[in-house]
Amino acid sequence: MRNVFLFIRRHFNFLFFLVLQIVALSFLFRFNKFHQAAFLNVSTEITGRINERYNNVEYYFQLKKTNESLVQENLRLRQMLKENYESPDSNHRLIHDTIRGDTGRSFLKYKIMEAKVVSNTTSLPDNYLTIHRGFDQGVRSNMGVTGPQGIVGSVVNVSRNFATVQSMLHYQFRVVAKLKNNNETGTVQWDGLSPQYVTMKNIPKSIKVEAGDTVLTTQISSLFPANLMIGTVSEIVPDNSSNFYILKIRTATNFSTLEYVYVIDNLQYDEQRRLEDSTRKKIQ
Amino acid sequence: MSELLKNTVRFILFILVQVFILFKMPPLHRFITPYLYYLYVLWLPFSLSRTALTFVGFFFGLCLDYFTKTPGLHAAACTLIAYVRPFVIGLLISQEGADKNYIAPSIVSMGWAPYATYVLVLTVLHHAYLVLLEWMNFGNFMYFLGKVIASTAVSLMLVLLTEMLFFRKQKFRTNTI
Repeated sequence: MRNVFLFIRRHFNFLFFLVLQIVALSFLFRFNKFHQAAFLNVSTEITGRINERYNNVEYYFQLKKTNESLVQENLRLRQMLKENYESPDSNHRLIHDTIRGDTGRSFLKYKIMEAKVVSNTTSLPDNYLTIHRGFDQGVRSNMGVTGPQGIVGSVVNVSRNFATVQSMLHYQFRVVAKLKNNNETGTVQWDGLSPQYVTMKNIPKSIKVEAGDTVLTTQISSLFPANLMIGTVSEIVPDNSSNFYILKIRTATNFSTLEYVYVIDNLQYDEQRRLEDSTRKKIQ
Repeated sequence: MSELLKNTVRFILFILVQVFILFKMPPLHRFITPYLYYLYVLWLPFSLSRTALTFVGFFFGLCLDYFTKTPGLHAAACTLIAYVRPFVIGLLISQEGADKNYIAPSIVSMGWAPYATYVLVLTVLHHAYLVLLEWMNFGNFMYFLGKVIASTAVSLMLVLLTEMLFFRKQKFRTNTI
């Protein structure tokens, strides 16, 4: 026993170093797997506040771009108003029945909440955003996040007033997407090369794809409503080892100028997941 | 200003500069991430014990980690360089007893060439370990090699700029105290 103490005393520095390394690495691998780490809730709250201070200043330099992107979005939404759609023959006038949406709130599937971005990186291999809306304001883990131009990422961690969003520019982020022209679905993920481009996989070579085709979200994804913009195809790379294309997609969102995002709450997801889980149990 | 206060101010400044300036810069290339924050560990005084040095390195890295949402990544790299630092200084110090006569490692206290070697060795070590941990998640060997070399070059340039802008005058202290 005495020798053990002597050994510890002699190599105390090295052992202390090893302990700290193990602590650091366990933090890292735990976080990479489950997005949980020690003190993360407290630290999100603190770093969130510091980021907010900084953002208050930086925000003014971005006002013009923010305004432009919001105007563009308004324009797109105005174009979708039902008054804009009317066929010449009054017999076939298109009427949007909104009563169901108004009285029976249970039909509402997606609730959308706005949030301000207080911190954002694009230069790291694993990028996260911090938004100023947290648990108390209705944000939970696994909610989709979209920006004025296109989708942004998904919520991975929530503290009381802030939330951490895993950006689309993160090597772990995956989303199901479809090509607008032929509804062919594939998976979109980031290859880490450039913050302007992501890749889409699992599009068979038998499908006709052209540069400039639009890529949208599908209703299959539980995070996002259907038909949100993801980006446009910029390059088509045939994968020689398989029967699929690898599509290089230019993201619709400009991640470096993001100021406001929308958090999407899928209100029917719990029910859907319960059903799917119980089905899985039944089959086993 | 006392050494403790000076180092506390530096602690905060280095983290703020790294998070709000260097990480906010538009990415030049996927190989280049400008790192400067670890210079704090290199500038810590000689008088710190090795245990304290290792712990300060760990804590400093962890503080940065909570900003980048990568708990443990920078902490692991900083702990490593803080632990290795006394060995490198022991090998490189030219003047007899310079670590007693001066407060912290600098061009004045160690001389040009030894100080440059000291910075180079610890920079390469820090970047190699950091990128190795990233590399385990994705990327290939070329990514690892390219990123270590490119980031080291950029970091050394930043260190040189910092050393020139904030030249640390160090008084020679006799060891009669």
